[in-house]
Amino acid sequence: MKKMSKTTRSNLITYLMVIVIFAVVQIMVSTGHVSSLLQGLLVPLCAYVILAVSLNLTVGILGELSLGHAGFMCVGAFTSAFFSKCAVEAIPAAGVRYFLALLIGAAAAGICGILIGIPVLRLKGDYLAIVTLAFGEIIKNIVNILFIGRDDKGFHFSTKDSMSLGLEEGGKVIVNGPQGITGTPKDSTFVVGVILILVTLFVVLNLMHSRSGRAIMAIRDNRIAAESVGINITKYKLMAFSISAALAGVAGVIYAHNLATLTAQPKNFGYNMSIMILVFVVLGGIGNMRGSIIAAIILTLLPELLRGLSDYRMLIYAVVLIVMMLFNWSPKAIEWREKYSARFRRKNGKSAKEAA
Amino acid sequence: MALLEVNNLGISFGGLRAVNEFHLKIEKGCLYGLIGPNGAGKTTVFNLLTGVYKPNEGVILLDGENIVGKKTIDINKAGIARTFQNIRLFKDLSVLDNVKAGLHNHYKYSTLEGIFRLPKYFKVEKAMDERAMELLSVFDLDKEADTLAANLPYGKQRKLEITRALATEPKLMLLDEPAAGMNPNETRELMETIRFVRDEFHMTILLIEHDMKLVSGICEELTVLNFGEVLAQGDTSDVLNNPEVIKAYLGE
Repeated sequence: MKKMSKTTRSNLITYLMVIVIFAVVQIMVSTGHVSSLLQGLLVPLCAYVILAVSLNLTVGILGELSLGHAGFMCVGAFTSAFFSKCAVEAIPAAGVRYFLALLIGAAAAGICGILIGIPVLRLKGDYLAIVTLAFGEIIKNIVNILFIGRDDKGFHFSTKDSMSLGLEEGGKVIVNGPQGITGTPKDSTFVVGVILILVTLFVVLNLMHSRSGRAIMAIRDNRIAAESVGINITKYKLMAFSISAALAGVAGVIYAHNLATLTAQPKNFGYNMSIMILVFVVLGGIGNMRGSIIAAIILTLLPELLRGLSDYRMLIYAVVLIVMMLFNWSPKAIEWREKYSARFRRKNGKSAKEAA
Repeated sequence: MALLEVNNLGISFGGLRAVNEFHLKIEKGCLYGLIGPNGAGKTTVFNLLTGVYKPNEGVILLDGENIVGKKTIDINKAGIARTFQNIRLFKDLSVLDNVKAGLHNHYKYSTLEGIFRLPKYFKVEKAMDERAMELLSVFDLDKEADTLAANLPYGKQRKLEITRALATEPKLMLLDEPAAGMNPNETRELMETIRFVRDEFHMTILLIEHDMKLVSGICEELTVLNFGEVLAQGDTSDVLNNPEVIKAYLGE
């Protein structure tokens, strides 16, 4: 029973942390302490936080290395942007449209997760990482050669160019290959982003502390033993992987509905991005959701905050990365932290007793 | 009818005949030992019984039902649970969660009920906690319920593995060298635990062991395996006095 309350408290702290950060940022924005450049970064930041948390589900809870997370984000971004652009006249209410876009983006990415997961989750470790890396690149490249247009007759597809769509007069090109999707309604806001972060946390944390989460973590810790107590390995691996993919799709939806023009470039949907997300996860602590959030925030804001230092910017960024990594993972630092937190706890316990 | 009946079981790895014409009959409630020199094929027999390997030929009847060709998880559901020679716990889960993982197929709610914390989640989790604590207290592990499994001392890790196997509510338990790496005191305690499990849970137990004191102390019947074949079978005292068995163990 005590255990229950401990995890519940830890979860509440995580939710609270997000809400407090949100409140602080909102106050700073309204008092004019945040540059417009940084304000523009707030919505992508929400997407990155969700990506970090969802990848942590694969890496920390399932224990498999995935390097294709940006690919799932890409699927979510393009399917939802495609939907929103098509439905902009049919569903004028932005809230309803955005909600549907979220469902579609998450479902599309989740289905991709299942399709990729069925063959790929048989692989382990490095092999899985390489296949997912390839998946991410393939998705990005497919999007870049995809042309979709719509006229009175319906949808037209092509992989050549927009001319070969053969649209009638009045027809519109929706997905224009390397030029991507232009004119997606900008429905994503910081508030919506934060709500979706909370929803993501809710799903991931509750999953972790349920029967299914226990099964997933049992598989991570010892596959053979998990099988011997009757846990269905394939089912739970696939479940964790596809939920992780669907949440990455949600991040994609947020990202897509914040841009005037959505294009698939190496910068936003390539392996650079996948590795960036992995850095958030590793830096924040594998399996530690709160750490992922903090790492994602710091590492997204840092390059912008250091902009004044121009040339030294990336140098400092790299140094901060190394220092954070040392602080989080070196045995000496862990020892020091544990000692410190134990002393802190003892002190707290004492004062609580005195108060009683 | 015997609980477990194995006939003509055999498997080859490449050119190596690991197990040949193995046969075994275990009555319900029996404490049965499987012994033999290193490399005799004892663990291979366990892996055949639990579906890790598929036999080339033979039948394994559990309660009259042939389980050859079934998957490991289905064999567990059919009623065989096991422990491992090199301990395989869920290291980063708490002791309590290790046992709850063992309860996985007996206390159910859907993933969505878990994520959205519907009433069934609380009800089933509570029942699971109670059942797991009950099992843990039987093995005197209840005080360590919140400890990470990896942080338990060695002897308790062995006990936890047995608890986890019991949680799956098996008809037959396979213990692979439960006393490996234990000192004489711990071994004695383990013997009591195994006997206790048999009496308290009316369990049928098949164990592999090298420790002759343990084997002669608790096993009622024995099968001796040598080079993948059954060398002797029967009551413990008869088997251990069999000149063939003494030869296999001590040489000529």
